Amino acid sequence: MHPRRRKLASIDSPLQHHFVGLEQQHEASTLGMWVFLVTEIMFFGGLFTLFTVYVTIHAEAFAEGSKHLDLLLGSVNTAVLIGSSFTMAMAVKSAQLGQRKPLLGFLVLTMFLGCVFIGIKGIEYTHKFEQHLVPGRNFHLDSPVAQNVQLFFSFYFAMTGLHALHMVIGVGVLTWLLVHSWHGRFSPTYFWPVEVSGLYWHFVDIVWIFLFPLLYLVARHA
Amino acid sequence: MSTALGDRHENYLNVDSSVKSWLLTTDHKRIAILYLLAATLFFLVGSVFAGLIRLNLMTPYGDLVQAETYNKLFTMHGITMIFFFLIPSIPAVLGNFLIPMMIGAKDVAFPRLNLLSWYVYILGGTFTLVAATLGGVDTGWTFYAPYSTVYANTNVIVTALGIFITGFSSILTGLNFIVTIHKLRAPGMKWSRLPLFVWAHYATSLIMVLGTPVIAITLLLVALERGLHLGIFDPALGGDPILFQDLFWFYSHPAVYIMILPSMGVVSELIACFSRKRIFGYEFVAASSLAIAILGFLVWGHHMFVSGQSVYAGMVFSLLSFLVAIPSAIKVFNWTATMYKGSIAYDAPMLYAMGFIGLFTIGGLTGLFLATLGADVHVHDTYFVIAHFHYIMVGGAMMGYLGGIHFWWPKMSGRLYPEAWSRAAGLILFVGFNLTFFPQFILGFLGMPRRYHVYPPEFQVLNVMSSAGATILGVGYLIPLIYLLWSLRYGPPAGPNPWGAKGLEWETPSPPPTQNFEKTPIVTEEAYAYAPTEAEVG
Repeated sequence: MHPRRRKLASIDSPLQHHFVGLEQQHEASTLGMWVFLVTEIMFFGGLFTLFTVYVTIHAEAFAEGSKHLDLLLGSVNTAVLIGSSFTMAMAVKSAQLGQRKPLLGFLVLTMFLGCVFIGIKGIEYTHKFEQHLVPGRNFHLDSPVAQNVQLFFSFYFAMTGLHALHMVIGVGVLTWLLVHSWHGRFSPTYFWPVEVSGLYWHFVDIVWIFLFPLLYLVARHA
Repeated sequence: MSTALGDRHENYLNVDSSVKSWLLTTDHKRIAILYLLAATLFFLVGSVFAGLIRLNLMTPYGDLVQAETYNKLFTMHGITMIFFFLIPSIPAVLGNFLIPMMIGAKDVAFPRLNLLSWYVYILGGTFTLVAATLGGVDTGWTFYAPYSTVYANTNVIVTALGIFITGFSSILTGLNFIVTIHKLRAPGMKWSRLPLFVWAHYATSLIMVLGTPVIAITLLLVALERGLHLGIFDPALGGDPILFQDLFWFYSHPAVYIMILPSMGVVSELIACFSRKRIFGYEFVAASSLAIAILGFLVWGHHMFVSGQSVYAGMVFSLLSFLVAIPSAIKVFNWTATMYKGSIAYDAPMLYAMGFIGLFTIGGLTGLFLATLGADVHVHDTYFVIAHFHYIMVGGAMMGYLGGIHFWWPKMSGRLYPEAWSRAAGLILFVGFNLTFFPQFILGFLGMPRRYHVYPPEFQVLNVMSSAGATILGVGYLIPLIYLLWSLRYGPPAGPNPWGAKGLEWETPSPPPTQNFEKTPIVTEEAYAYAPTEAEVG
């Protein structure tokens, strides 16, 4: 171990004063993140519930709206996100084994893939803006169910927008992890900040795994 | 304040008295005090709105304010009292202070998150106060679409964002409590030995964690619909405003249990202590808290019997709403059975607890009227509903809060408050409360609708009674505010356990040291192991 890092590790003991030991602290952090993810499920759950009701009532219009989405870019983004989940899992593994360089590498890769996703999302948003598919006064579509298609795009922007916001927060968390990894704070006895951040990252991916078929593929099943 | 209090031993108050040490504290006890100050402020703000409402209703003709102003008054009253006082009151003040001590822990699981939740609460509160300054909001605390999303000309976005932000404070507090109760219990503190206050807060935390995110997304959608013209609840786009009501009440009905369950936890502690008995049916009282939390999520449709919801849904919601009465009644019967043949002492906290039982029973039973489909059509949106939920929220939650504040004040401040004054205040509150809200049951039954600034002259007598009662109620709230502050300097030292109560929080000095306990306690007995009453008899 690098001498400077060993010194840091002994001064900044990761054990917080109110825990009995590192194991208790690990369990508390993990449970805390799982409970937080439950709140996230309820948060997105409200939107998914509304979407389910409306996709039933306005099936035709939602199918039409779906056809205006860019299937290629959506598919690429799905692949990018699944890839980022893999690199995140590898980052967790590296942290558990105390391998600093692989940890740094996988964190950077995960952040890169996250940024690619957000970038592609930005391109899609720009296209929608140009095609007058953003809800509001600029919305324009020659269709008998244009109003209901606007409802579809309200969901599209609310759901993917909130998802993208979660991605941005995730990249922020990864930056924080990167700084701490750089200073060698993580070790086989103190790795769970990477682990619980990984839980969050995977959760955000899973949300997309639900969003992609609901929004992009809803018109293509028959 | 702190120097006057802590001249005997080093404790959480006198350890450092700088402002910075308070604003950056991660001590759950100090954060509880921060919440106490802020919640009291919001209570005073909400009370001013209530006072203006009652003043206007002294006469039938709207002599004080116009309809628009009146709409803003009841909206701001509801929003401040519910989101900024009642929901954080007991959990964030008493829960924060007591849960770690009751389970023998040094702090909550995530102390920094705990401090963050206070700042988030203050930020959300600032949004709402700014909205009030800019001219308020007039949608009612319910924000029903499409009025809130399209037609209202008031500060809906700022207020909705304020509540959205404050919701995260509630979520973080609930998350912290759940992890704390699961992972930080002292050796021997089994689930079956947890004080019922902790069980009640566990149930409350579940609601906070499961419900609050739903109101967050709902209000965010309202703000997005107003601000960015997304049209999720807009009928013009094929959206359905009733779905707004579904989502709103999916949180806001369970939110009633966020307000009442902690209060029930307080009452369980008080009744056991001042009856000097183990609580009757501990397991049932604990389980009924969880049952209320779970059933509470299945009854939201009883707010929507006349909204256009399907009749069959209404029937199911009506039935499920009746079921909530079962765990609630279990609590009331078990408290009463605890008092039976107990060695009852009528100290002030016990008066508040007994007031709670009586008022909550009235509030709960009238809830059954409203859960009945046919009866609800008659009294829907009348003062009957107002009276019902004030019996739960003010008669119930507020009485429990004050009872708890009195009970644990010696622990929090290290000082005793004047007993005679506090008993008098309890009685004044009880009388004032009933005079304010009982006439509203009659008004509602006679058909006076809620949310109007004028009313037919034949309702004036009952309205004047209600306003007179509100004045007495105001005096009843003012007296404790004065003598509690007075006691900080002049109250006699309390000692570690002035009530002779059971529970780990009473085994440490008052005020407690920063680490709560000299060394981690080891629990060897069940909760409320009060000795037989021989000592008091002989």
